Amino acid sequence: MLEIIKQPWPWYVAGVLIGLIVPALLLIGNKPFGISSSLRHMCAACLPAKLPFFSYNWKKEVWNLFFVAGILVGGFIATVYLSNGEPVQIAASTKAQLIALGVKDFSGLMPSDIFGTAQIFSLKGLIFLVFGGFMVGFGTRYAGGCTSGHSIMGLANLQLPSLIATICFMIGGFISTWVLLPIIFKLIG
Amino acid sequence: MDIKDKYDAEFDSSNDNNQPISFFANIKYLLVGIFFGIVFVKAEIVSWFRIQEMFRLSAFHMYGVIGTAVIVGMISIYLIKKFNVKTLSGEKVVLQPKSFHKGQIYGGLIFGLGWAITGACPGPLFAQIGGGFLAVIITLLSAIAGTWVYGKFMEKLPH
Repeated sequence: MLEIIKQPWPWYVAGVLIGLIVPALLLIGNKPFGISSSLRHMCAACLPAKLPFFSYNWKKEVWNLFFVAGILVGGFIATVYLSNGEPVQIAASTKAQLIALGVKDFSGLMPSDIFGTAQIFSLKGLIFLVFGGFMVGFGTRYAGGCTSGHSIMGLANLQLPSLIATICFMIGGFISTWVLLPIIFKLIG
Repeated sequence: MDIKDKYDAEFDSSNDNNQPISFFANIKYLLVGIFFGIVFVKAEIVSWFRIQEMFRLSAFHMYGVIGTAVIVGMISIYLIKKFNVKTLSGEKVVLQPKSFHKGQIYGGLIFGLGWAITGACPGPLFAQIGGGFLAVIITLLSAIAGTWVYGKFMEKLPH
């Protein structure tokens, strides 16, 4: 059994399990599935700066912080105890394109030549970690949700604004992949 | 209704406010999170490579995961509504509709740009850190900063 769990899980298993988070959170405590709100609660808890957007009783939303803390712990458990240590089996065409761009390390979940701690204080770190992270945080809050809140929870609840947001997430991702990344990789040489 | 009110409306859907805010009351969300984090890593959707594959249209994996999750979520909500399933504490399940504003377009595009660069939406950021990619702590801090900057300038942004 453990050997099966240690293999990467197929999309249909993962998809069903992630989809079940929606009723799980609703039935446990009437909570809408959403993750990016946790970032707002962290701002409200640590640096509200009298801004109206962060002036609310974040303690009422503390469940969301427990939820994301759990995700972090789950990431640790899966990586340390439930992994077979093999590289991600990505499509050959994607691998070839990434090698052509200049990605070197394909041994883990992320390329360590971009996301390793050694890259933090380099131009790579500035672009991939700082700029990239800023756009994720700013963009999701501006859009009022992320992949979980809009693309899964919102679509599952048949919300048109969530469909619009999801389409825009995808358009942004395609532009980033096909236009920005080649420029970025040229910049960092 | 201005944008701040819209956001506050989001929170009204979080019921169970009659429950005490205690560490033990929230442990169940920690457990759901742990389960979710494990699925994230085991399905490799926290992998930068998988996100690249998705945006290069060279594999079905991510589309399969998200598509299946949406369908399972949709059926679940349908069944909850149809059979009026109550929460553990006996409350009626409340689903808050989302109202459209231009932020879903502009913000959505900006998040999309960041998604392909970082290989992560907010959820996977936490799983990546747990998985040992400590540099992602910088990404997370920057995402929090991005959220804060939005809160600071939201009145000036088109919505």
